[in-house]
Amino acid sequence: MCQDCGCSLTDHSNLHSNPQLNDTKTLSVIHKILDKNDHEAQHNREHFEANNVRAFNLMSSPGSGKTTLLEHLHEYLPKKYAVIEGDLETSRDADRLIAKGIEAYQVQTGSACHLDAFMVHQALHHIDLKPIDVCFVENVGNLVCPASYDVGTHKNIVLLSVPEGDDKIEKYPVMFRRADLVLITKMDLAEHFDFSLVECRKQLEKLNPDVTLIPVSVKDAQSITAVANWIQKYQGEF
Amino acid sequence: MHEYSIVMSLMEQIEQLAQDNNANEIIRVDIKVGVLSGVEPHLLQNAFDTFKLNTVCHDAQLNMQLQPLVIECRQCHHKTELTERNVICPHCKSYDTRVIDGEDMMLMQLEMNAS
Repeated sequence: MCQDCGCSLTDHSNLHSNPQLNDTKTLSVIHKILDKNDHEAQHNREHFEANNVRAFNLMSSPGSGKTTLLEHLHEYLPKKYAVIEGDLETSRDADRLIAKGIEAYQVQTGSACHLDAFMVHQALHHIDLKPIDVCFVENVGNLVCPASYDVGTHKNIVLLSVPEGDDKIEKYPVMFRRADLVLITKMDLAEHFDFSLVECRKQLEKLNPDVTLIPVSVKDAQSITAVANWIQKYQGEF
Repeated sequence: MHEYSIVMSLMEQIEQLAQDNNANEIIRVDIKVGVLSGVEPHLLQNAFDTFKLNTVCHDAQLNMQLQPLVIECRQCHHKTELTERNVICPHCKSYDTRVIDGEDMMLMQLEMNAS
């Protein structure tokens, strides 16, 4: 991939500075701290687009159903997809998807609590994008750190499961502010928990008025179809 | 705890700038941290103090400016600095707003000793 896209960042070392201030030994910079990551993310995005692939970043706390959703979605989404899996340890998630016939590549982050654009870039070297239409990046289960890193996907999908509670939107505002789609998962458990969809909508609207909310359960085919439709809607719109 | 990763990116940028400007020591680092940038200022400070020891920043002071959320309303066109973590226009109660500050982490200024 890199021979096509020139992924070395050598052309990007010229940070903007004000030469007039150099003599006073105070340098005005005004530069994003994660600029290198953002630059790499843009590079990943261009790579997806060159292959006509739409990419989605799945984020949530551990155990809220990211892998389960991806295991089931292929029955409903008439598009071929691959998955980049991020976890601290093990390749269990990738193995689960591969067992279902879905192409998956596992990134083991060691102690890193999030995926960044460089890790996704590395993973892309192992995935052939030509035969696929959609690429999911399943981020490390964490409602905090992944929100700060653009990994080069087009849209952010954030999952919140019913057992976690409806107060999590207000507690983790940065993550839910970054979401384009929020999925309330494990809706089949709703009757056992004091979980209010109305409260979720209310909190989301205050923080992120343009976001779409879909309540889902893998036991409810209609709800997964709604997710598949939302994903299809973005096909081809780069 | 991604503050360590963020400080590493910050240090990388500073080392490059120091080199470009023939600086042998950084005295002060000014950064701006948005309240909705996803970074905990206290942890960022700790990470900076830990990482700086073996870098050009070893004696540098980190100045953090906490940037509140600033929105611009698309309906009444008021620009407002908010204390709450929502994006509703306090003037006309519209949800049709644009966040113009408070979500980024920026390196703003460096004070350095040149060789």
